[in-house]
Amino acid sequence: MKHRYLPMTETDKQAMLETIGVTSVDELFSDIPEQVRFKGEYNIKKAKSESALLKELSQLAAKNADLRSNTSFLGAGVYDHYIPVIVDHVISRSEFYTAYTPYQPEISQGELQAIFEFQTMICELTGMDVANSSMYDGSTALAEAAMLSAAHTRRKKVLISSAVHPQSKEVLNTYAIGQHLDVIEIPYKNGVTDIQALNELMDQDVAAVIVQYPNFFGGIEPLKEIEEVAHKGKSLFVVSSNPLALGVLTPPGQLGADIVIGDAQPFGIPTAFGGPHCGYFAVTNKLMRKIPGRLVGQTVDEEGRRGFVLTLQAREQHIRRDKATSNICSNQALNAIAASVSMAALGKNGAKEMAIANIQKANYAKKAFIENGLDVVFESAVFNEFVVKLNKPVKEINQKLLTSNIIGGYDLGRDYPELQNHMLIAVTELRTKEEIDTFVTELGDYHA
Amino acid sequence: MHKEDQPLIFEGSTPGRIGYSLPEFDVPEVDLQELIPAGYIREQEPELPELSELDIMRHYTALSNRNHGLDTGFYPLGSCTMKYNPKINESVARMNGFAHVHPLQDESSVQGALELLYDLQEHLVEITGMDAVTVQPAAGAQGEWTGLMMIRAFHEANGDLARTKVIVPDSAHGTNPASAVVAGFEAITVKSNENGLVDLEDLRRVVGEDTAALMLTNPNTLGLFEENILEMAEIIHGVGGKLYYDGANLNAVMSKARPGDMGFDVVHLNLHKTFTGPHGGGGPGSGPVGVKADLIPYLPKPVVAKVGDEFVLDYDRPQSIGRVKPYYGNFGINVRAYTYIRSMGPDGLKAVTEYAVLNANYMMRRLAPFFDLPFDRHCKHEFVLSGKRQKKLGVRTLDIAKRLLDFGYHPPTIYFPLNVEECIMIEPTETESKETLDGFIDTMIQIAKEAEENPEIVQEAPHTTVISRMDETLAARHPILRYKKEQENEPQNV
Repeated sequence: MKHRYLPMTETDKQAMLETIGVTSVDELFSDIPEQVRFKGEYNIKKAKSESALLKELSQLAAKNADLRSNTSFLGAGVYDHYIPVIVDHVISRSEFYTAYTPYQPEISQGELQAIFEFQTMICELTGMDVANSSMYDGSTALAEAAMLSAAHTRRKKVLISSAVHPQSKEVLNTYAIGQHLDVIEIPYKNGVTDIQALNELMDQDVAAVIVQYPNFFGGIEPLKEIEEVAHKGKSLFVVSSNPLALGVLTPPGQLGADIVIGDAQPFGIPTAFGGPHCGYFAVTNKLMRKIPGRLVGQTVDEEGRRGFVLTLQAREQHIRRDKATSNICSNQALNAIAASVSMAALGKNGAKEMAIANIQKANYAKKAFIENGLDVVFESAVFNEFVVKLNKPVKEINQKLLTSNIIGGYDLGRDYPELQNHMLIAVTELRTKEEIDTFVTELGDYHA
Repeated sequence: MHKEDQPLIFEGSTPGRIGYSLPEFDVPEVDLQELIPAGYIREQEPELPELSELDIMRHYTALSNRNHGLDTGFYPLGSCTMKYNPKINESVARMNGFAHVHPLQDESSVQGALELLYDLQEHLVEITGMDAVTVQPAAGAQGEWTGLMMIRAFHEANGDLARTKVIVPDSAHGTNPASAVVAGFEAITVKSNENGLVDLEDLRRVVGEDTAALMLTNPNTLGLFEENILEMAEIIHGVGGKLYYDGANLNAVMSKARPGDMGFDVVHLNLHKTFTGPHGGGGPGSGPVGVKADLIPYLPKPVVAKVGDEFVLDYDRPQSIGRVKPYYGNFGINVRAYTYIRSMGPDGLKAVTEYAVLNANYMMRRLAPFFDLPFDRHCKHEFVLSGKRQKKLGVRTLDIAKRLLDFGYHPPTIYFPLNVEECIMIEPTETESKETLDGFIDTMIQIAKEAEENPEIVQEAPHTTVISRMDETLAARHPILRYKKEQENEPQNV
């Protein structure tokens, strides 16, 4: 058959068969036992031409309500942010996206340097000493942080705030089964981690105290007070953090965090129905040799020129096999470059300006809801999300909002039984005053 | 490639330059001190670089010029399936309805995305011969762990609590034993025999009542089909264990043999290998997992399902192992893989495997006179050579790999699998032309001759790359893992 991805001609094929010394391609499969041999062709859809397939898939894509043609107030861990156009142009360079993991440094300096720069930017934002070259996402990074803590402290209990992303808690619970970790939730109080409850739960079996900053409700956790409790109990202090918020918030590294993890999606990575995004993992120097995944380090070549290599590989599965610190192999390298380009485009001023715009616009919306008679339930300071109590099911209201091309907030009742009819609303820098005002009015109408 | 050193992006930073255009700030401004608690406003800004848009574009263009991708040249990296990454995949993944959809939108507003995932699952079920597939795992290694967690849940549900061991061949990928440990098992190694296949005697010796599973790559990492697969399945099933298929090498057997028909209970696939999701310089990937009927209850949740004409996310899965990844996996990579499968169709996928295997056998036969061929039989999509002969001349496999760089090739995988001395593992894939294969073969033959006549040129390679061999020991002993403004070359405290 002829196909644009398959260059061999019939003439090529005959010449090659002759070199091999066989008369047909089938002979090359003679080592597959007859009983397991698959005969014929797969019962799957027939191939489509390039243009026909593009048309079909455009129509399929059009069945989704996308964030470019609707106005979104949905966040809950994935955000509709400004993506500098340059980001896609950089990651569309196929020297980056068609490359393998940079195991051959001589021909991979571009990738290695770009990742070294990513590691640096993550360290700058989080206030940590060392960051790796990326993880799958913020949730699996959180689970890896719990496992690192357990291995480091030789303890098995993990305290996680109930105000951490529910899906991160679910992922942690799955990892905990294999690792025999005992995961205990710290309740929240008025939208942030309940310090008193944390104090009561703390004991000498606790490997890690894990909180999110800003937390799932958008609230800014009192990291200083949590850190004191965590370290008094000699556990590690793990903070899951939205890196954009760190453009303006005090970095967890300055507040005593041992591990900072999260997702760099807010920097230049599209929502993409949940992935691929870009987990990051940062630690103090003390934990450098226990960090999971790939690390890029600076060194010199034989002539003393600066260059970059994958380093400290004795931690990794391809060297240590069952003794590795993690099983992670593929990571999110291309998205780490996307995040780097976005962070570079924003720069130190833009990151701050964008973070502040989120705080200002979210607080403007919060105030507008209160003035419109809606119940904003928590009093804690927020980054770009807050919680509104409605008197109808969130799902019902969201379906009505969709008819006005508005994607409403997240239904907290899905994860918190006590928060039925509570909507988590995200307001990013992309939302205009007009969009916010319309949303407040419409939500008020449906709510009434 | 550009020879000149490309400064770090931080070194090109100039205070006052910007590369962004933020939306208008159109709400009344409130003093930040009123909105953020005292002590939580950052005092020192993060040292992110300050550059104009053009500066940034030139920086990354310069970096890309110092990087070899598949579009740059041949990439015969064994076990990695470095095939062409079709451009239509990239266009489809960037469509607004796929790239800019939020995972937590109401299901009614994402029917197109769910339909794509559902149809991808259906296609993968047929391709693997399994009964159900989840597309949630992020990559191959996460797929392995997911599959093992399901096997664990299956045994536990049967009250079978003493199955603590997972068997892996000595030729297995490093992720196999590592994933077994993360899933809470002990990894046990089974030896390969002189033919490069799992030693059945050794397998019989290591299996028992404590066997949870055997993880197998078929064809294995030597590129050889495990002919005794049915007997192995019998041995494992005979003691109550499960058979796990590492799908890294699926490119070798599409339309020729399906894991489900070989007796495998669980399969993971690497969509970024066989199904052309690009490797992205290390990721993102996607690692769907397929299972037989008895393991369906344990699939991670939610499961993408179809009820009537509607596509739904099924969370009501009481026996599920739970969630392994937020949302529904690396959707963007799944879109690319689906686009690829639909571009190829059934006859296309069959041709893919036939050409992948033809190409590998052709290269193997043409190279065999010049290098040691440890396993002289038909290979599948990849094969291994040994650099033993060259080693006697003082030229190591590493040197051969580095010499290939001078000719514009990415080297094959080297020193893996571990059971072959001075291993060189070559996987051409089906998307390369005969001229490309011949060019590489001729270069390898030339290097073999150089090893005899002028070994220094090989030992001192590469000669043409932007940098020469790196001091990796220095990098590990004195780690510099980030840029610092003042004390640039000062190693970090260890």
